Amino acid sequence: MIRRLLPHPALSVLVAVVWMLLVNEFTVGAVLLALVVGVVAPLVTSRFWPDRPKIRFGPDFLGYVGIVLWDIVEANFQVAWIILTRRNRDLRSRWLVVPLELRSPEAITVLAGTISLTPGTVTSDVSADGRALLIHALDVADPEAEVARIKQRYETRLLKVFR
Amino acid sequence: MSLVAEILVALLLVMGGGLILIGSWGLARLPSLMTRLHGPTKASTLGVGACLIASMVYFPASGGGWSAQELLITVFLLLTAPISANMIAKAHLHRQGHGIDPNPADGIVRGLPRTPGGKDWATFQGAANDPAPDPEQVPPARRSD
Repeated sequence: MIRRLLPHPALSVLVAVVWMLLVNEFTVGAVLLALVVGVVAPLVTSRFWPDRPKIRFGPDFLGYVGIVLWDIVEANFQVAWIILTRRNRDLRSRWLVVPLELRSPEAITVLAGTISLTPGTVTSDVSADGRALLIHALDVADPEAEVARIKQRYETRLLKVFR
Repeated sequence: MSLVAEILVALLLVMGGGLILIGSWGLARLPSLMTRLHGPTKASTLGVGACLIASMVYFPASGGGWSAQELLITVFLLLTAPISANMIAKAHLHRQGHGIDPNPADGIVRGLPRTPGGKDWATFQGAANDPAPDPEQVPPARRSD
């Protein structure tokens, strides 16, 4: 019964929280409406995600979010420093290919977004069979070490978050 | 407004403004389209984020209501910045093809790396890149090139 009413509990919570933030006032009416929207929206849209990914909202998930937020801040100062100090002809920008162990499209999308937001790398494309990401790096001395860093820092953690 | 809040708001605004300025400067001075993408996707995201956090501190501290919508704006920015960067990169790949130059200014011409699997990059797959089976179905704009 509870499964039928709440087919996607995480989505329900997310929709309710976003609704509360949009309304931007904490009243009984707003909370009630947020709960209604949080229940109804996943019910109505459940046909659009027949095989949704299973996400574990445990310590691995929180650890991943924390690391990404920290890396975004670090990346900003790193890129700002490169823009301010590095001459164009000293820029070692190049393409990287990251082979993927993640298989679900959602997990690959999260990894691609993370790579775009973190130090000096932008995800440009995915291979047609979904087994590699094409990444452009702004300034990289050792391509292999950078690929290994991305795989070890983000992908191994995502493998634990997405079952 | 207390002195601590004032200093915090000022610091956040200066930092945010500085980062946005540096991001824009990067957009103007970096040598190629792909390197230019790095400025707006990173430096500006945190810059806008810092300004929004400053707003979150300023309004409650100066007697206005507490507001959390800035958090939502920051999250949406973080979600959408990689997607717009990805679309620009894909459009650039379409125009340049496999011979795309990583950085014309430093004279390295290596082109695009291959995929480890047998298939090509997703941008080069699909109907638009397949040889047209029937010339009648090819739109006139495409036939000229």
